Amino acid sequence: MELDSLYQEVILEHYKRPLHKSLKANPTIQVQHINTSCGDEITLNLHTDGTVIQDITWDGIGCSISQASTSVVSDLVRGKSVGEALATIDAFQAMIQSKGADTGNEDVLGDGVAFAGVAKFPARVKCALLGWMATKDAISQSQSKNER
Amino acid sequence: MASLDISSIKRDFPILSRKIRENNRLVYLDSGATSQKPNSVLDAERDFYTQHNAAAHRGAHQLAEEATELYEGAREKVASFIGADVDEVIFTKSATESINAIAYSMGNAQSGSRFHISRGDRIVVSEMEHHANLIPWQELARRTGAELVWFKVTDDGRLDLTNLSELINSRTKIVALTHQSNVLGTINPLEDIVKRTHEVGALFVLDACQSVPHYKVNVKSLDIDFIAFSGHKMLGPTGVGILWGRKELLDEMPPFLTGGSMIETVTMESATYLDAPKRFEAGVPNMAQAVGLGAAVDYLSAIGLDVIHSHETELTRAAISGLRTIAGLTIIGPTDMTLRGGVVSFAIEGIHPHDLGQALDSYGIAVRTGHHCAWPLMRRFKAVATTRASFYLYNDLDDVNALVDGVERARKYFVER
Repeated sequence: MELDSLYQEVILEHYKRPLHKSLKANPTIQVQHINTSCGDEITLNLHTDGTVIQDITWDGIGCSISQASTSVVSDLVRGKSVGEALATIDAFQAMIQSKGADTGNEDVLGDGVAFAGVAKFPARVKCALLGWMATKDAISQSQSKNER
Repeated sequence: MASLDISSIKRDFPILSRKIRENNRLVYLDSGATSQKPNSVLDAERDFYTQHNAAAHRGAHQLAEEATELYEGAREKVASFIGADVDEVIFTKSATESINAIAYSMGNAQSGSRFHISRGDRIVVSEMEHHANLIPWQELARRTGAELVWFKVTDDGRLDLTNLSELINSRTKIVALTHQSNVLGTINPLEDIVKRTHEVGALFVLDACQSVPHYKVNVKSLDIDFIAFSGHKMLGPTGVGILWGRKELLDEMPPFLTGGSMIETVTMESATYLDAPKRFEAGVPNMAQAVGLGAAVDYLSAIGLDVIHSHETELTRAAISGLRTIAGLTIIGPTDMTLRGGVVSFAIEGIHPHDLGQALDSYGIAVRTGHHCAWPLMRRFKAVATTRASFYLYNDLDDVNALVDGVERARKYFVER
């Protein structure tokens, strides 16, 4: 059934038991992102030394797709270099916006490939991207903060 | 009271026979967002374009004459539908534009005009307004320095009128309220509020988007000053809304949009304007849409709004009682049918509305999920979003049962999986 292609077990698992969903104090950057069409919102704290993503913690409310997706990205990019993290986010975004053509590389995206099915539901693409775009925004803000 | 022949009504709406996701019957429960259109409306629009298309109120040719007649005929139909005089009915592009027209006209009014508003004056709305009847007033307050205040909403989803006479005071210039909440289904009791509004010399604006399509609304007996509603929620096309105002007010009200069609004389330096309604209809009008709306009014009138309202009441009662049997489900809004329309919002513990809506969609059931353009009301009920089912004349008890079964099936899918 089509619904199962959207709601993979791994997504519901992340939704029920989200990772790193507790804001750690003194972040390098804090961002808040909102999905204006449905009101979903997340707050995301990034800890970075400018080279490596040391920690990503978050809090938020929203649908299973947005919450699970944020759980996945927060776990996936921690410990990665800034460049690697951005490349991972780009790969996820490309998959989600491919309308189903790109099913994602599990070696790069880990649990993120479970969201490949979301690409067939245009109304949910924004939900899946919420945490990833917040992470990208936090990284880019931390980079420009470093340059100043 | 006569009951509706739903199967014959359903045949008038071609979209209702299409299949949704894996061959499911379409169960359309989102008429509060926009209604479906009967063949007669589609035919009227098409007939306008294939037989009569020309710019109304211009040109000396036969087509222009016919276009003018059809357009003005639609105005007459709408006027009699709401108990208005024909010169008081203005075609806009949407209810949102109608409300903005009043707000901008007030902002444009010079000192001395009864529409003039400035620092120290007061605008009254409520916590249950759709953004369309909130943001234009927020903006007017910001531009003029007037103060925006609002009625609160009680836990059972009714307007809290305990501070009516303090809220609407001598400084009040305008009171803008919804007739029926698009989220809660609450129908607001207007009599005392309108009376108080006029007692202090203020104007009363009614957002009737959720009421005019579903039950009889008579602008004269409500004793209000302005009304705004949209065509597309009442079987009509998108791109046409209505602004009605009392004649003596429209005669004084400054125009909002200016340009062709609304002028009397023009020199390079200045212009004088026509009387209402033309003064408020700058540009070549949305003729085909107005004509389509006229056909929608005919369709609704032939069936009868009293019959439609009692049918929707029956469906709503059944939906509320069915939904309340589902574990963890809360109705957001009144659960008794007194002063209540055919809109039912609800939340289920452990399932986000977006996920619920997605599951229902996979069974062919179309509902609205989200904040319903009423973010402050969502906050009031500490909800990020709700799921909303809204009914119209083409829905039946099978649709209600499909909803209740679908919600229970979705609950099992997410909560018990």
